[in-house]
Amino acid sequence: MEKIRISKEEVAHVAHLARLEFGAEEMEKFTSQLNDILLYMDKLGEVDTAGVEPVTHAIARKNAFREDAVGASLPPEVSLANAPEARGGCFQVPKVIE
Amino acid sequence: MELHELTIHELLDRLRAGETTSAEITASVFGRIDAVEKEVHAYITLMRETALAEAARADERIRKGEIGALTGIPIALKDICCTKGVRTTCGSRILQNFIPPYNATVVEKLRAAGAVFPGKTNMDEFAMGSSTETSFFGVTRNPWDLDRIPGGSSGGSAAAVAADECIAALGSDTGGSIRQPAALCGVVGMKPTYGRVSRFGLVAFASSLDQIGPFTKDVEDCAIVMNVIAGYDPRESTSVPEEVPDYRRFLGKGIEGWRVGIPKEYFIAGIDPEVEAAVRRTIQVAEGAGAKCIEVSLPHTEYCLAVYYIVAPAEACSNLARYDGVKYGFRSEEGRDLMEMYKKTRAAGFGAEVKRRIMIGTYALSSGYYDAYYKKASQVRALIKRDFDEAFAKCDVILTPTTPTPAFRVGERTDDPMQMYLSDIFTISTNLAGIPGISVPCGFTAAGLPVGVQFLAGHFQEGRLIQFASAYEKHAQIEKRRPTL
Repeated sequence: MEKIRISKEEVAHVAHLARLEFGAEEMEKFTSQLNDILLYMDKLGEVDTAGVEPVTHAIARKNAFREDAVGASLPPEVSLANAPEARGGCFQVPKVIE
Repeated sequence: MELHELTIHELLDRLRAGETTSAEITASVFGRIDAVEKEVHAYITLMRETALAEAARADERIRKGEIGALTGIPIALKDICCTKGVRTTCGSRILQNFIPPYNATVVEKLRAAGAVFPGKTNMDEFAMGSSTETSFFGVTRNPWDLDRIPGGSSGGSAAAVAADECIAALGSDTGGSIRQPAALCGVVGMKPTYGRVSRFGLVAFASSLDQIGPFTKDVEDCAIVMNVIAGYDPRESTSVPEEVPDYRRFLGKGIEGWRVGIPKEYFIAGIDPEVEAAVRRTIQVAEGAGAKCIEVSLPHTEYCLAVYYIVAPAEACSNLARYDGVKYGFRSEEGRDLMEMYKKTRAAGFGAEVKRRIMIGTYALSSGYYDAYYKKASQVRALIKRDFDEAFAKCDVILTPTTPTPAFRVGERTDDPMQMYLSDIFTISTNLAGIPGISVPCGFTAAGLPVGVQFLAGHFQEGRLIQFASAYEKHAQIEKRRPTL
């Protein structure tokens, strides 16, 4: 039997976290493909990483601070120009609370 | 020879001598686009009118004797670089109608150097892919064989340069997305050191790996474009305030006595025999030019793919959280409340490969799995980086194949993500370590498909790569062929 790393239920949970949704057929395909990919990741278990400091950026950089000075920024109408819906200088969204 | 077939430096010579105009060059490029674009489909958006106006302005400046580094030269932009007032799709339905209110820093720099912009090139959706097949806007074809893919994710830029639909192009490289398509399309492609070129205005995929770089017809042109785009940008917090040398200084200088590392882990079972033979010949060429080739070891090479397919999706899933149907981009009208709107927008707006990566990334970062996946991958990444540090203590540059195979057929790997991911097996480690790499054409297969060789160097050693690649180009005398379109 094939090894299982991720179940359909877990895929559904992760999809919710990622704000995605899948149809039944897509769900089957994704579960099987994600399972294959995660099985491949098992390879990393072979590497002894005890005491190894993780690297998240290849070039070590300190925080890039700047003066807290007001510079040029986009005017509100330009910021809103790409919004699917905007009204009264705000982004408009479907209702949030009942 | 037609103007669109020439290199940047050849065209600049003619412009300076008054033998041609940017208007003529730009018209020649658009004539070529009209002739072959239907077959190649390198572009998502053409910018004909503004390009012709830019060309006219360039000619005016040239008449006044004001000629900049790229004055009047048509340079295509991967559709991941924001262009003010010109839609920037990133190959995705979700950004189908996105019109950026600002330019990427690289666009500003090219513009200041006088470049003309013929258009925005096709790419895998959000740069996630190795074949340009995941684009919402259709497949780009390899100019050398239209049944085959051009590589990816910057396949449109590579194909546009190979097919002479522009003189040079910009791409972005997160795990090989410049070098792999450059190799498969027979052009030069460079991924600079992480932090060398500003990412401001580059639509983010994996922020610790992404880097912008040039596609050109030869190494000299690569140096010319790098001179323009490299450098610190106060608007980009990971750009590095390291001095930028004049990269043209490294051209034609020779590599006598250089130590070239050949990593044994890069000549693996499964590598196409014709690709391996072509790359082995480059070793002889380097030795003929006075370099000394030595074996080096990058022992964690076999783990690069697994590390990459955790780190890149982890960063991507948080970067792509911004596509929520609120601020810009596509919104599904079907959601009755906010949560439904988010889900339906993202389900309809993203393609399958992007969703796959968002899912892997979200899973790898989720509670209970973080240590096993993301932390473990970041630790192995440290070891991969250490491998390179140790190798570069013994050699000046490293030489490897760019890809394990020549261009594969359209549709051949679309249903098998792992097979698709394997096409980046020789390019991914570079991004994980943050070092620069260049792919240069090194020959053709019997079927006439281009093969590329990759040279790598330590952080901020782009000059060294240009020197080595320029010497290689000179000594190898790779047959000048053009795709028959």
